[in-house]
Amino acid sequence: MILLETLYVAPPSLTAQAPVLAIIVPLVGACAAALAPSGRTGWMISVVAAMFGAWMSLAVACEVMRHGVVDYVLGGFDAPLGIALRIDAMGALIGLLINTVATLAAIFSGHSLVAEVRAEKHTLFQAGFLLCQAGLAGIVYTGDAFNAFVFLEISAIGTYALIAAGERRDRRALPAAFNYLILGTVGATLYVIGVGFLYAATGTLNMADMAARLTTLDQNASVQAGFAFIMVGLGIKAAMFPLHVWLPGAYAHGPSLISLFLAATGTKAAIYLMARFLFEVFPDGTAFGEAFLAWVLAPLAAAGAIICSLQALFERELRRMIAFSSVAQVGFILLGFALGSAQGLSASLFYIVAHGLMKATMFMALGGLAISIGARRLDDFAGVAREAPWTAIAFAVGAASLVGTPLTMGFLGKWQLIEAAFVAGQYGIIAAMAIASVLTVIYVGRMLEAMFFREPAPGAPRAKEAPVGVLVPLLLLAGLSIWFGIDASLPDRLADAAAARLFEVLP
Amino acid sequence: MTWLASHFNYVIVVALMMAGLFIIFSTGNLIKRMIGLALFQSSTGLFYISLSKVSGGTAAITLDANSVDGKELAAQLDPAYVQQFGVDGVVYSNPLPHVLILTAIVVGVATLAVGLAIAVRVREAYGTVEADEIEALSRVTAEQAEPRA
Repeated sequence: MILLETLYVAPPSLTAQAPVLAIIVPLVGACAAALAPSGRTGWMISVVAAMFGAWMSLAVACEVMRHGVVDYVLGGFDAPLGIALRIDAMGALIGLLINTVATLAAIFSGHSLVAEVRAEKHTLFQAGFLLCQAGLAGIVYTGDAFNAFVFLEISAIGTYALIAAGERRDRRALPAAFNYLILGTVGATLYVIGVGFLYAATGTLNMADMAARLTTLDQNASVQAGFAFIMVGLGIKAAMFPLHVWLPGAYAHGPSLISLFLAATGTKAAIYLMARFLFEVFPDGTAFGEAFLAWVLAPLAAAGAIICSLQALFERELRRMIAFSSVAQVGFILLGFALGSAQGLSASLFYIVAHGLMKATMFMALGGLAISIGARRLDDFAGVAREAPWTAIAFAVGAASLVGTPLTMGFLGKWQLIEAAFVAGQYGIIAAMAIASVLTVIYVGRMLEAMFFREPAPGAPRAKEAPVGVLVPLLLLAGLSIWFGIDASLPDRLADAAAARLFEVLP
Repeated sequence: MTWLASHFNYVIVVALMMAGLFIIFSTGNLIKRMIGLALFQSSTGLFYISLSKVSGGTAAITLDANSVDGKELAAQLDPAYVQQFGVDGVVYSNPLPHVLILTAIVVGVATLAVGLAIAVRVREAYGTVEADEIEALSRVTAEQAEPRA
């Protein structure tokens, strides 16, 4: 068993400031990277800032393990009036995922940017990347509903620019970024309107304070309207079916770096915020909340898991296939929420981490291959395993985790989800998961068949093994998927603690 | 009529919001879409400001109730309102939503700038800002999707 505490060494004075440093250091790094004299310097700043963020989120996770909930008071103004950072096990887990993937993505960006983004844009690209990381860390660490909106937009503005930077290789990145900007802003604005309704009803913006005041207000019409606005707004950000139309274009046409980073973290932060509102801010077990879980979330999540798996099946471009698969997996995660039980939430949180790691692995492997062949269609990847065995193996590990092969994290995630659904007696949800899983096996089979067993087309450019700077983070990511598939104690403990706290049951 | 008079701000909020959303989803012109988005965001501003308004309230800068200005403001309050809520002296509007919406406006301006910048780049890459023409040109790109070594 891997003990988190053994990984982390730092002076206590630094640990005390860790929550805010995890946000501020990437933010300051973004300014520094924008001013950097060369792309190479920008890359170094990005790696250092991302690593520091990951270190700090590790510190936060250790503190959460020890004390349960970490409160950080900003500027010395106490909680309900001042803005506070508040991190529980759920935030610690997702924060750790975001910052770990960000660090590996930053290392990977050194080689991939040279191949994909105009040289004069490298420093600005790194600035946007760090901005995005800071925003995402802020979303998971903040304890203030309006503050979450600001961080949502900080990360989103960075993301729009990063997707558009893919235009050098594929001009479709530009309209994709524009569509995402329109839908993302509409989503964030709907979220703000919802927060306004809640503020009108409760007179507070602090999430914990709001939760305490909402316990008697669940029949209030403005609270219910606010809830609906927030869920739709976050649904757009989280790519919940049928609000996912921005996602395939953004993932498929943006630079490889951004598809891997967004797939692993962007939608996850929105899903996290959704869970926070569903299970912490809104009172548990009210008729309104139960009806939402059973009649809105469950059917939409099930439909998303099945329909988007089918779309992935018939897609010709490999990155679009994986993008549709991401929407389908968001459906899986939301199905766990829809169970409305502590076990379901814990399984969903575990699956968020599993999915983040597997998709990051797959997109990074494709990014590594794109350096040499720049291919898009599935057929272009025929036989790449012969030329680039290590990259292809890492991709296969991610794919195996996606299918749910034993000894990978995806297997444990799916197992826990189905087990939770059995305990809750939700057989419809089990059926939806089973159908979507079978479809997943088929489309993943198509990918692996092309890569490993097909002859390369004559005259096609030959793939090269990804450079060391890509292979190292790639194999680390693939290794994490397997490590947590064998010994899942670290994410398991945090996910269980989060679910236990939100449902107020003893572990 | 009295309902309309007391909810006039909210009627405008809904009208602006719907107009903004309609523009975003009905037009194919990227610039017009940005206009719709700006309209949609401004409706949120009005919504928050309306929430914070207290009848007869003034800006939240502490004012001595016995000063000339304070007495003048207190005299303007509706007597029925004073009796119902037991108000004594000067009434202030809630300043917090103003601050919040100031932040939201800044965020909105930043989004607008990024959106327009991307629209300019779209125009450079495709020669048009109409969504359907971009779609048609993108399909050509997809068919030519050949590897570039």
